[in-house]
Amino acid sequence: MKTTRVLLYLVLLFFVIFYLLPVYVLLVTSLKSFQEVSLKTMWNLPTRPSFESFVRAWKGDKAKGLRGLSQNFMNSVYLTIPATLISTLLGAMNGYVLTKWRFRYSNLIFAILLYGMFIPYQSVLIPLVRVMQKIKLYGTLPGLIMTHCVFGIPITTLIFRNYYSTIPTELIEAAKIDGADFLKIFTRIVLPVSPPAFAVAAIWQFTSIWNDFLFGLVVTPNPAVQPITVALNNLAGSYFVEWNIQMAGALLTALPTLLVYIFLGRFFIRGLIAGSLSGT
Amino acid sequence: MKRDKLVAFLFILPSIVLVGIFVYGFIGWTGVVSFVNWRDVFPDYTFVGFRNYIRLFGNYRFLISMKNTAIFTFLFLVSSVSIGLLLAILLDRKVRFEGFFRTIYLFPMAISFVVTGVVWRWLLNPGTGGESIGINLLFEKIGLSFLKSGWYTDPNIGIKAVVIPAVWQMSGYVMALYLAGMRSIPTELYEAAQLDGASVYQVYRYIVLPLLRPITLGAVIILGHISLKIFDLVFSMTGSGIGFSCDVPALFMYDTTFRGNYFSQGAAVSIVLLLLVSALIVPYMVYTIRSEVRR
Repeated sequence: MKTTRVLLYLVLLFFVIFYLLPVYVLLVTSLKSFQEVSLKTMWNLPTRPSFESFVRAWKGDKAKGLRGLSQNFMNSVYLTIPATLISTLLGAMNGYVLTKWRFRYSNLIFAILLYGMFIPYQSVLIPLVRVMQKIKLYGTLPGLIMTHCVFGIPITTLIFRNYYSTIPTELIEAAKIDGADFLKIFTRIVLPVSPPAFAVAAIWQFTSIWNDFLFGLVVTPNPAVQPITVALNNLAGSYFVEWNIQMAGALLTALPTLLVYIFLGRFFIRGLIAGSLSGT
Repeated sequence: MKRDKLVAFLFILPSIVLVGIFVYGFIGWTGVVSFVNWRDVFPDYTFVGFRNYIRLFGNYRFLISMKNTAIFTFLFLVSSVSIGLLLAILLDRKVRFEGFFRTIYLFPMAISFVVTGVVWRWLLNPGTGGESIGINLLFEKIGLSFLKSGWYTDPNIGIKAVVIPAVWQMSGYVMALYLAGMRSIPTELYEAAQLDGASVYQVYRYIVLPLLRPITLGAVIILGHISLKIFDLVFSMTGSGIGFSCDVPALFMYDTTFRGNYFSQGAAVSIVLLLLVSALIVPYMVYTIRSEVRR
């Protein structure tokens, strides 16, 4: 019994090392100064930790033609916040109607909306670019925000539909008898109990919009408008950019969603499980 | 009452219109593009029938990318599901610091595939001029030199090397699904089995695993469809690789369409991809919604 317990913890520890290995490399490399960086010593700890790489990755280096990530980081902020809020709100509205004001085809409508979350986005990219060009939103943040709002609808609707189906229908029926109308029931009964669902949906949307790459790549070709994931890929793709700056850039890109995960992980996991369609 | 129904309709109308246009309208449009002769910056809607599809299935790069996807999906599914299940079972054994382990195993899900790609590109880089770097260097240091490999730069390995970061990123997700499933099994079931003298192995083999079958199905379908669509990770880590050894259909579509301007050919790739993903996901969606109605 004792040996199996030890073995169990050894296996668990082995996997801890596996999952943390890239984080270790990210951290030690981005904390090394320019003089110390060498691929041959990539596993060594920095002798004198410095934030030089972060500063360079953030601000860039005009003399060397290195674009910093600061502008793209802010682009991602300006993109993610409105897109998260709008898609979450739309999800709440849909979830409310699809559970508490069911009609003959409400399950069909739900399935039609839900399908949008599984499609390979490649199958909408060509028309997306054409339409964005037509309505003059191609290459702009509002165009990207709009795209994310639309493609966020399926998952937010799913999250709110799951959550609202746990509100007893009797409660709604009683309110109807008392003369409350559609909007009043939504604002007085449903919304006040919704914060957990808003947290799950908003955190999910924040994470997936921040982490998106494909839409950013296709909708915003201009480096000044690109979200940080696309800018990181460009930074890492150019061979003259030093390795430590790439790692510092990767860490900057990962930081916001990592912080959300560390502090609000509970909600994130609920979003993950909802997204698999397995139980609630 | 009548007015309520109207307001309810107005509530879901924006979503239906937006999804109707951006998902269904755009898919239809892509479908049309796949049957025309648009192979330049400027659209050309001359109908050419199935020509783009026929050319596609004669295209060397496309066929390699399909083969790669099959290999990748198989390895990725088998590894992620087994690691996820193993970790879930271990963590279910009343482990101390369970929350800590769970947080570590799941954190890669919270970061972008691009970050993963950028980091693993270096970790799985064999280096040049005989000097080991990355994982190879680590293997050398801990006396496991025989594990050294060319990873994604070796055309014989190619896409198989990309499985490692993909599993690194997604196996924790499978663990979370299994754990949630295990926690919903009533404890009386375990206790009753143990009272009857069942061993730990028997409890898992005959009680827990059969009850987890729907979760395995869900995990396989969700991971399977992610695997078919995989783009970001390959794009940022390896690109199409030497002799297209790392190529996948989504990347092929991007290159064909947005770098090569062969829009119709790219559209045909996306439609093939869409059909593949739908064959996997639509039955599962219908099944889930139906079983929910029955409840």
